Amino acid sequence: MNFDDTPQEAEFRATARKWMEANAPKKYEAELSKSSLGRIRLEKEEIVDVGKAWQKKKAEGGWACLHWPKEYGGRGATPIEKVIWQQEEGVYGKLTQPFQIGEGMCGPTVMAFGSEEHKRHYLPKLASGEHIWCQLFSEPAGGSDVAGLRTRAEKKGDDWIINGQKIWTSGAHYSDYGLLITRTDPNVPKHKGLTMFFLDMKSKGVEVRPIKQANGMQEFNEVYFTDVVIPDSQRLGAVGDGWNVSLTTLMNERMSIGSRLATGFPEMFEFCSNLMTEDGLAIDDPATRSKLASWAVKASGLKYTSYRAISSLSKGERPGPENSIGKLVSGTMLQDIATYAMDLEGAAGALTGADEEAASGQFQQMLLSSPSMRIAGGTDEILRNIIAERVLGLPGDIRVDKDVPFNKIPTKGR
Amino acid sequence: MDLKDNGMNFDDTPQEAAFRAEAKAWIGANAPKQYEEELRKSSLGRTVLKGANILEVAKAWQKRKADAGWACLHWPKEYGGRGSSPIERVIWQQEEGPFGKLSGMFIIGHGMCGPTMMAFAGEEEKRKYLPPLASGEKVWCQLFSEPAGGSDVAGLRTRAEKKGDDWIINGQKIWTSGAHYSDYGILLTRTDPNVAKHKGLTMFFLDMKSPGVEVRPIKQASGQSDFNEVYFTDVKIPDSQRLGAVNDGWNVSLTTLMNERMSIGAGVSTGFPELFDFCNSLMLDDGPAIEDRNVRSRLANYAVKASGLKYTSMRAISALSKGDRPGPENSIGKLVAGSMVQEVAMYALDLQGAAGVLSGPEDAEVAGKFQAMLLRAPGTRVEGGTDEIMRNIIAERVLGLPGDIRVDKDVPFNKIPTKGRA
Amino acid sequence: MNFDFSDEQKQMRDAARKFLAEKCPPKAVREVLDGKATYDKALWKGLAEMGFLGVAIPEEFGGAGAGHLELCVIAEEMGRALAPVPFSSTVYLAAEALLLAGSDAQKQKWLPKIASGDAIGTLALFEGKGNPSPQAIKLSAAGGTLNGVKKPVPDGAIADFAVVAARTGSTGRDADISLFLVDLKAGGVEVRSLTNIDPTHGQAELTFKNCKAEPLGAAGEGWGILTQVLDRAAVLMAFEQVGGSDRALEMGRDYALDRIAFGRPIGSFQAVKHILADMYVSATLARSNCYYGAWALSTNASELPEAAAAARISATQAFQHCSKNNIQVHGGMGFTWEFDCHMYYRRANATAVTLGSLSYWEDQLIDRMRKKNAA
Ligand SMILES: Cc1cc2nc3c(=O)[nH]c(=O)nc-3n(C[C@H](O)[C@H](O)[C@H](O)COP(=O)(O)OP(=O)(O)OC[C@H]3O[C@@H](n4cnc5c(N)ncnc54)[C@H](O)[C@@H]3O)c2cc1C
Ligand SMILES: Cc1cc2nc3c(=O)[nH]c(=O)nc-3n(C[C@H](O)[C@H](O)[C@H](O)COP(=O)(O)OP(=O)(O)OC[C@H]3O[C@@H](n4cnc5c(N)ncnc54)[C@H](O)[C@@H]3O)c2cc1C
Ligand SMILES: Cc1cc2nc3c(=O)[nH]c(=O)nc-3n(C[C@H](O)[C@H](O)[C@H](O)COP(=O)(O)OP(=O)(O)OC[C@H]3O[C@@H](n4cnc5c(N)ncnc54)[C@H](O)[C@@H]3O)c2cc1C
Repeated sequence: MNFDDTPQEAEFRATARKWMEANAPKKYEAELSKSSLGRIRLEKEEIVDVGKAWQKKKAEGGWACLHWPKEYGGRGATPIEKVIWQQEEGVYGKLTQPFQIGEGMCGPTVMAFGSEEHKRHYLPKLASGEHIWCQLFSEPAGGSDVAGLRTRAEKKGDDWIINGQKIWTSGAHYSDYGLLITRTDPNVPKHKGLTMFFLDMKSKGVEVRPIKQANGMQEFNEVYFTDVVIPDSQRLGAVGDGWNVSLTTLMNERMSIGSRLATGFPEMFEFCSNLMTEDGLAIDDPATRSKLASWAVKASGLKYTSYRAISSLSKGERPGPENSIGKLVSGTMLQDIATYAMDLEGAAGALTGADEEAASGQFQQMLLSSPSMRIAGGTDEILRNIIAERVLGLPGDIRVDKDVPFNKIPTKGR
Repeated sequence: MDLKDNGMNFDDTPQEAAFRAEAKAWIGANAPKQYEEELRKSSLGRTVLKGANILEVAKAWQKRKADAGWACLHWPKEYGGRGSSPIERVIWQQEEGPFGKLSGMFIIGHGMCGPTMMAFAGEEEKRKYLPPLASGEKVWCQLFSEPAGGSDVAGLRTRAEKKGDDWIINGQKIWTSGAHYSDYGILLTRTDPNVAKHKGLTMFFLDMKSPGVEVRPIKQASGQSDFNEVYFTDVKIPDSQRLGAVNDGWNVSLTTLMNERMSIGAGVSTGFPELFDFCNSLMLDDGPAIEDRNVRSRLANYAVKASGLKYTSMRAISALSKGDRPGPENSIGKLVAGSMVQEVAMYALDLQGAAGVLSGPEDAEVAGKFQAMLLRAPGTRVEGGTDEIMRNIIAERVLGLPGDIRVDKDVPFNKIPTKGRA
Repeated sequence: MNFDFSDEQKQMRDAARKFLAEKCPPKAVREVLDGKATYDKALWKGLAEMGFLGVAIPEEFGGAGAGHLELCVIAEEMGRALAPVPFSSTVYLAAEALLLAGSDAQKQKWLPKIASGDAIGTLALFEGKGNPSPQAIKLSAAGGTLNGVKKPVPDGAIADFAVVAARTGSTGRDADISLFLVDLKAGGVEVRSLTNIDPTHGQAELTFKNCKAEPLGAAGEGWGILTQVLDRAAVLMAFEQVGGSDRALEMGRDYALDRIAFGRPIGSFQAVKHILADMYVSATLARSNCYYGAWALSTNASELPEAAAAARISATQAFQHCSKNNIQVHGGMGFTWEFDCHMYYRRANATAVTLGSLSYWEDQLIDRMRKKNAA
């Protein structure tokens, strides 16, 4: 067991560091260091623009999507090299947020199911950030229950005609392409009648309506489809096999290790180290310490859990299911941390003006954003079910919707 | 105490004050004072008296109360009670104080068996059996749970078969608290396995000394043996001891369970008063524990849970005393208290450092007390409905959420899947 | 980076698991639980023969000279099996203290005996309620003799020797504390067994009356050595706790699959599934923190103090959490003496305090993180 770089790793790190020195957009460093969950933004510029420029520069230097094959815009790097890169990229990594869904989920799905021609055409631009991708899975009728979706795709000649609605689509408003799952056969059981496509978000008949979120921002959207035409060549996987294709996407989400999971702990530790209360520094207070310690060991537990996964990946093993705990642990933790940070400030914790911005503003944004961490990409309850069923081998729920044709499932008249 | 009409207040009305004075005077003259100190110090998992048999002391105290009209106060006089109002009962409990801890062995009889008898037994049986139950001369137990079904009580298998005017019982119960010192028990049996599980049950009461009843104590995780297995081999029960109609036993049992919920003021143990006392006297490395912010923060959290439970039960008492049925709020008591006691006990051990492990006589005062709590608490989270069942009850009966999807409900009992374990 | 145990270490873990499954089934643990023995002597001998007692002791002192990563995997298995032997006191506390501070002669005298199973050792630190702190040490040492009372001392009633923390000065500083080595069979010590929440592991009170003792390490350096010993023991104990957590989780899972209520396995109810999923989460976090602790321990990294506290806290929380909810999943059965659930619950709550309480380690962790940040 060791944490040391091997000679090759050390060399890779040196190269990365040198390149960063020469190329990173240093003028944003201070602002980015202070950004945290729910509040990654720049004073004078659009984060998406700055993000795109940075991603482009990385792609040119060979530092984008490092673990992807070179022919698709990557570097063919090892998992550990990816981690080393992330360590060296540091705070600038926060600029990659708009690309995470594309890199972590859409890209790998296209890689697994797209034709060679498509891969060579779409993936390099995805990697370089020129094109942003989104994931069109959730619908009003089904978020946890994705397989309950109703957006229809009907074959017409060589094309498919799409009608329906998606919801909660992050980044749809600035996306160029999307991964879309549809229902092609409502007469078979729900998981059997789905088909996956990708489409140009500028296609005729696609309408994106932003949704204002609970935290005041607008990051996700409703997307309406009215007679949208998708050529059959943009189908991913076989007709009726969309559920399996979507599992690949979701698995990839779980495997996208080393992806920086915000826990709120570093911010909280720093905040407590500097906050003066009536009787001294907050961090000297036993009650605060006890809480900090509990969070510290969760944060480090997550970190080392992902290191364990990286180690097994780099030995060519499939990482175990340990990684699925990340979001489950960190979602609630962010919420608790933000609540406590506001508590420490007393009544002033409620203020959000410019003066307060530096400290409590950060935690307020965390507080308001953290509920979504507990929902997006699988709710806490669904994750617990996954752990119980896939990791511990417990039986699934008793189901009323599984082996019946989709159009025979009870819907409460809706 | 009145929360609505004349504004909220906690003062005794003149009648209540008179009642309180009378109770206080009687307790002053009659309580077994020699045990007061020990009882005050006992807590969940550890009510013991040195040099005396607690069962005998408890029975003597119950008898004395009954003789003077202070037993089962809210029961009608003809059945051994006093016909008191719910508030009088609370006043009595406040005055009885630590001596109330002696009633532990009667809780099942007074809280569940008695009310079931009252609702379903013949007049003759009520007059015969209830007064000695009230006075503690006879102790009762509840024979519901079986190896195959605790949460799933309605899955029970103990058979009752009619033979002339009698019923013949064969089967096994488990987890029966106090069976080893009980005189009578209420017993839920299956009389028809060919109908749906809830439809083929019948309730009886029986003499625990009947031939064919065998009680085998079970040693608990805590080391004590308060519960038992009870085996029935061709035990005969006369039909006159049936409670409710044949095959209506599930409804009868719901009465029992409802009553359990209504036996308010029974005062669930939270461990908070003990922890507060302990922190008040404990010295840490850098001063009194009660001055430590971490200790305070935790104490405050426990304090509001304990007081929340207390005032929830007060609200129920107020409702009761106005003739309203208390709402379901009371079902939260055991759910909150069970895990709270567990946490409180763990924290009390923590506060003592390594010495928290010790439990010998000289450490009994603190460490031992909290250890007993720690070891008993898991039982609280299971007995009388597990935490999970309690949450289901709250979700379904209070919040109106749908029940689980069931595979066992509308099928004949003998067709329910058992994984081959018939 | 390689953040995993090596294949050889994993093989050793498998060997230890197999050995303990055979030699230390629950029945054997119960012999001690029920007071029929003070510890499992046959198992102790067997552990020696397997080379497990001396796995981290250098070959020159009769050990296997493997290392601390190997000791970690064995510790995990000891915790899983609830082995009723004085492993933690002898190996994590006494042997570590000797390795850190013992003279060559002291090592030669005791380490081979530890490795061969012929000597049981312990650390006599606490004097009643409270956590590790120099101020709490009152037992005095003067002219090579000790006077005072230590309690609780883990495995004190069966130990052959003890490392004793004593006061040798009164300046109010750490330098007031020195360590001594005492042969408990040589007289001058009264030993009294104390009952405790986990009867599978004894605790005792040791009263020193003009007891002869030899210094361990330099005078006035006792506190520094002790802090290191406790950190090292914290990592090793954390592995035991993780082993126990995993076993409790497994027991709960198996029972949930087997037990039928309402016509279906109770493991098909979400309420039960989610309890078990949460147990898995806490056990996994603890395991990962422990691996980091193992790395720091085995390389004597400067991160050890922080890593040890994190492993200790995380593993204590996980073991308490898993052992109590294992009972819950078992319903009434979990509350019987006959089922093994309560043995894990007892062990979890005993190990939670024996090296100093959770609150203490929480305080330590934040202190250490702060120091690191300041540096
Ligand atoms: C910030 C944010 C960004 C998102 N981005 C995207 C995106 O880019 N693309 C996309 O496709 N989707 C996206 N989503 C949608 C997200 O995946 C869904 O919201 C999520 O899967 C939950 O679905 P739902 O909202 O329909 O809630 P529901 O599924 O209706 O859940 C409601 C509640 O019921 C519980 N529940 C449901 N089923 C079960 C069950 N079987 N067992 C136990 N509990 C259950 C849930 O845990 C939850 O508490 C995003 C969501 C958020 C908040
Ligand atoms: C100290 C003590 C005293 C007792 N005294 C008596 C007594 O005097 N008389 C008597 O009749 N009984 C008594 N009991 C029995 C008690 O009522 C049962 O133990 C309890 O109802 C649980 O049943 P079980 O033990 O069969 O556990 P199970 O029902 O097998 O439960 C095992 C686990 O599964 C969970 N579970 C079961 N069903 C569901 C569901 N539908 N949804 C979600 N989770 C579920 C439970 O919550 C639990 O975690 C006593 C128990 C104890 C511990
Ligand atoms: C008020 C109350 C208190 C309880 N206390 C305990 C307890 O202390 N310990 C314990 O182990 N279990 C307790 N239970 C029972 C617990 O709910 C059962 O373990 C649980 O109901 C599972 O039984 P079941 O699903 O077979 O019955 P259910 O499916 O809940 O009920 C079966 C049938 O009984 C009837 N029924 C159920 N509840 C009521 C009601 N409140 N009023 C009228 N009819 C009803 C309905 O017709 C229903 O279809 C209590 C239940 C209730 C309602």
